[in-house]
Amino acid sequence: MELVAFLETLWLARIPILKGIGVTVSISLLAILVGTVLGIGVGLALTYGKGPVRWLVRGYTDFIRGTPVLVLVLASYYVLGTVGIDLGPFQAGVLALAVFCSSHVGEIVRGALQSIPKGQTEAAKAIGLTFPQTFAYVLGPQALRQVLPAWVNTAAEMVKASTLLSIIGVAELLLRTQELISRTFMSLEFYLFAGFLYFVINYGIERFGKYVERKTSIPS
Amino acid sequence: MTGNLLEIRDLHKRYGDVEVLKGVDCTMAQGDVISIIGSSGSGKTTMLRCINMLEEFQGGSIRIDGEDIGYETVGGTRRRKKEKEIARQRAMTGMAFQQFNLFPHMSAAENVMLGLVKVKKMNRDEARGVAEKWLDRVGLAERRDRFPGQLSGGQQQRVAIARAIAMNPKLMLFDEVTSALDPELVNEVLQVIKDLARDGMSMLLVTHEMRFAYEVSSRVIFMNQGRIGEEGNPREMFLKPQTERLAEFLKTSTFN
Repeated sequence: MELVAFLETLWLARIPILKGIGVTVSISLLAILVGTVLGIGVGLALTYGKGPVRWLVRGYTDFIRGTPVLVLVLASYYVLGTVGIDLGPFQAGVLALAVFCSSHVGEIVRGALQSIPKGQTEAAKAIGLTFPQTFAYVLGPQALRQVLPAWVNTAAEMVKASTLLSIIGVAELLLRTQELISRTFMSLEFYLFAGFLYFVINYGIERFGKYVERKTSIPS
Repeated sequence: MTGNLLEIRDLHKRYGDVEVLKGVDCTMAQGDVISIIGSSGSGKTTMLRCINMLEEFQGGSIRIDGEDIGYETVGGTRRRKKEKEIARQRAMTGMAFQQFNLFPHMSAAENVMLGLVKVKKMNRDEARGVAEKWLDRVGLAERRDRFPGQLSGGQQQRVAIARAIAMNPKLMLFDEVTSALDPELVNEVLQVIKDLARDGMSMLLVTHEMRFAYEVSSRVIFMNQGRIGEEGNPREMFLKPQTERLAEFLKTSTFN
């Protein structure tokens, strides 16, 4: 019975698979977290930055967004070492994904902020709010709601992009799966299983996003 | 001390090469209700927006209660005041906009409370009390927990007026507040403004409602191509216009 054989093998390999999931989730979480924090800064600079600051950040986002993630991952691991920044594969990989994530989040944040009508800022000014207050209570909360669906999308992209770190030897879920396959030759079963696990992670992210969207929706 | 609430002297405003205000002078005493009329592009809205620094201006001065708004002259050079200072000065006036500009993610009460809590530093309970009082005054006490998207245009505009007036401004600015409303909703908003006028609120209104300007104003200003074309009490202005331009303008506007 092939299914029984697969399940037996799966059971024996449960530890490496769980470790792989753990690494994939860690990479994704870190990249999304750091990328989001950086990305908000990028978005603010793109929206409110003056002259040189904005051009610099514009250049950064355009360059990063125009580069394949795999190239970023390889560059981060192999090139940074040559200029004296020695990162392990995990660190280098997370850095590459975080940078990639930041450029996308930056564009999303910029788009959301710019879509808020000018009248909102004017009304806030008219009651005497300073700009930081206007941002904190008027613009930010509205932008957040707009950002959410696109942000969830980006987060799911990051989980998928984390597989690229297998190339530089990070033992995440895909690399663990490939190691298993090379020992057991059950390629179809284990690739399907890995695919299923990625689906579960991303489905979780999507449900979470939907939940937050529902919680923050504005009655109308 | 002249005792004037508002003093505008030789106000100049340019957008690039286009001069939209070419030297406007205007004074207003406590309790005055002044309507500004004129065709579009005459500079009436721009003038109003200069008073709370939503527009920068390049020449002249605006004083409220003797305080220079927006700019100061230090050692012979004119410079913009600090943002914090401008924010404080903006709170001296209240403004209602053509498009209401309510904050869509806050209930009616929260819209009114935001400035009270963040600018006036009231605690939330106190602010809620003030908000409810003013929402009641504009006839929306029972709608206080509704969000802007759940209110009609007229109701939204009344919340917006409550939001401005709750800040206890020295002067209220109304920028074509009924222009975006369906005709049947105009009156509920005008009624609110009339009530405020009766209570002695100082107000400056840019409006296209000639009948309303006639009834509510103590003085009317007719703006024409960036200057004050004519001003006076509403009876004289509407019934015996002195200038060709005003007569022309009144002919093309509806007085109903």
